[in-house]
Amino acid sequence: MEHKGHCKDLLGMFSDYVDGDLAAEFCTELERHLAECENCRIIVDTLRRTVYLVQVTKEPALVPDDVRQRLYRSLRLDEFL
Amino acid sequence: MSNGPSTIQPEDFSLEALRSGDRVEFSRLVEVYSGKLYRLGLKMLDNPQDAEDVLQEAFFKAYRGIKNFDGRSSLSTWLYRIAVNEALMFLRRKHPETVSIEEPDGDDPDDQEPLQIVDWCCLPEEELMSSEVRSRLDKAIRKLPTKLRVVFLLREIEDLSTEETAQALNLTETAVKTRLSRARMRLRDELSVYFGERLGGKVYGA
Repeated sequence: MEHKGHCKDLLGMFSDYVDGDLAAEFCTELERHLAECENCRIIVDTLRRTVYLVQVTKEPALVPDDVRQRLYRSLRLDEFL
Repeated sequence: MSNGPSTIQPEDFSLEALRSGDRVEFSRLVEVYSGKLYRLGLKMLDNPQDAEDVLQEAFFKAYRGIKNFDGRSSLSTWLYRIAVNEALMFLRRKHPETVSIEEPDGDDPDDQEPLQIVDWCCLPEEELMSSEVRSRLDKAIRKLPTKLRVVFLLREIEDLSTEETAQALNLTETAVKTRLSRARMRLRDELSVYFGERLGGKVYGA
């Protein structure tokens, strides 16, 4: 890997980059690198996919009925059950 | 199962009523946030009984402490902060040696490990969404060290902003971003190992 040193310097930017949250000057630098480094391009693409998978497989915020009932009782909120 | 009324906006509460101990208003708060705090507890502790205890304890503390809520953060961030602290106390009791979220972010020794290079990003959706992938992802999240996991959960699962997460955990926004980045990279690596077994891949830096 001829760009190995440079790749390591840029790794920390990938997460902000996939969020669209990377400052413009770093974006330009990173995109120039991605155009010529296939490995980093793969890492960025699969990182973006990972973030997507986390979002779509996220479980809903639910409380099982029995847990909810015990919670309300413990808080003396039975009347609101 | 109860998800609470989804039409209530998180900050749509009367602080005045909450501070004066209004039971109706407090029950609304419990209704809206119990699902979120329970999910957070489950993901932090991997144990439904502990998550339930954290849930109850967090709302006890919120009820007692609301009088002192200074409004510097949002109500929601304040609740997450209480729940996270409760969960961390549980973890410390069980694994006293492993739990510290205060330690500074130096070089992460794991950053030196080879990164998996497997181009799985364009696999068909049904393969990406298989139950096996979900379970690998779950396992990878459970394996994250606490200081990365708690940031990851607040940012990615509970949808707090970087600023809110920093307030809830008493960290700088830079630390939040660094930890989220490390957590995501670890999950990416775990998934790449899994897909690599199926597609064949090379290891970068090896």
